[in-house]
Amino acid sequence: MLEINDLHATVGGTPILNGLTLAVNAGEVHAIMGPNGAGKSTLAYVLGGRPGYEVTGGSVTFAGQDLLALEPHERAAAGLFLGFQYPVEIPGVSNVQFLREALNAQRKARGAEPLSGGDFLKLAREKAALLRMDMEMLKRAVNVGFSGGEKKRAEMVQMGILDPAFAVLDETDSGLDIDALRIVGDGINTIMRKPGKGVLLITHYQRLLEYVRPDVVHVLVKGRIARSGGPELAVQLESEGYEAVAA
Amino acid sequence: MTYLPTTRDEAWRYADPVALAELTPAALDAWKEIALAPGEVRRHCTVLDDGWPGLSRVRLTVGEGARAELFAVACASEYTRLEVEVRLAKGAHFEFGGVTIGGGDATREFVTRTVHAEPEATSHQVVRAVHWGTATGNFLGRIDVARDAQKTDAAQDFKGLLLERGASANAKPELEIFADDVKCAHGAAIGQMDEMAGYYMAARGIPPETARKLLVRAFIADAFVALEDNSERDKLLDAALAALGDAV
Repeated sequence: MLEINDLHATVGGTPILNGLTLAVNAGEVHAIMGPNGAGKSTLAYVLGGRPGYEVTGGSVTFAGQDLLALEPHERAAAGLFLGFQYPVEIPGVSNVQFLREALNAQRKARGAEPLSGGDFLKLAREKAALLRMDMEMLKRAVNVGFSGGEKKRAEMVQMGILDPAFAVLDETDSGLDIDALRIVGDGINTIMRKPGKGVLLITHYQRLLEYVRPDVVHVLVKGRIARSGGPELAVQLESEGYEAVAA
Repeated sequence: MTYLPTTRDEAWRYADPVALAELTPAALDAWKEIALAPGEVRRHCTVLDDGWPGLSRVRLTVGEGARAELFAVACASEYTRLEVEVRLAKGAHFEFGGVTIGGGDATREFVTRTVHAEPEATSHQVVRAVHWGTATGNFLGRIDVARDAQKTDAAQDFKGLLLERGASANAKPELEIFADDVKCAHGAAIGQMDEMAGYYMAARGIPPETARKLLVRAFIADAFVALEDNSERDKLLDAALAALGDAV
């Protein structure tokens, strides 16, 4: 479903990804773990097409398309969702307005009819309930005044509403307390654990993986995959550290 | 004989000199006089588009306890200046919300002079400027507080959003205060489009043109927060966003 082949990328002229190869099949959840500065967030942003993240070699194929040839909004419409490590605040634009614009822009790009205001609110209410988020919060400006944990939960509500085929989640677990971690983990499972879908879960810690069981765990070091294995690799990393496991 | 202003005059310093040279005494003398009776509430919304380029001058006399509200969008493709002189009696209120928006090389400006002539009057002014090309947006806001106008509460807030290098915005608050128990606040900031907000929108599937419209709408909506009539507010916002249509 997502095939990354020998990917090289730079940020501000500095090479960060150095020949990263990885394939996620439909129905699979892959976790990417790695020390600080290994290139985890860069990988997420490169997949999401963030300006300033320059691909200098390699390819990424998503659902049979050349992902790197698409504009960021076209990638979203093609079914890719990027969960931000630091969700962005947008003063003056409500979550409801933002998400309705986003969903209908995606539907339009796929040739579907826009969702009416009433149908959209019904959908938003359902997904907010899934993440135990108060609907009143969705009427407020995007992420403005939200705590770290609320921002991450709001990201998952967005994912629920947009219903992507593939999610790249960049440290969605950071900033979450124990209860919120379980709610977000359950949310990811409910929204994304489906036969035709895939997830790339970027995390520092093993704890989210107790709720969202990965099929494959990759260790990213210095911009390439140093080691891959089953869920037990995450446990081993937790007890022995990156240096010992990926050396 | 009518005095013809130049950019050496403080209240005209950011005006377009070429447009100034074309001003006639008749245009300068054409003050629209409006008086609000004590306790009266009156609101006026106006779009200064290509039907109204040039100079518009308004003189408002606001009676005791009366409330004057003026909301304006200056979006014409040539020099546009709305000048408002306000005299506030005891306990009167003046509310002003203005948006200058546009590209090309035109200057669009609001110039207000608010005289708090008597005690307990309040004024609240919010101006937003959105420009591209080599266009300029200005807000010159003068506030005079008379000797006995205690408990005056006056506020001005200006923000400029420049979409391209070459566009500019000027803000000039000017306060003359002769009373000692008053509140006069003013703030000004000029910036560019938040690229990360644009990218965040793109990452959710919103195309760049729509994202820019949403962000600009959110930015200028501040000027019309005090406008309680939703349909009037939407009309002003739509007129401003229509002007954005040809932006980069």
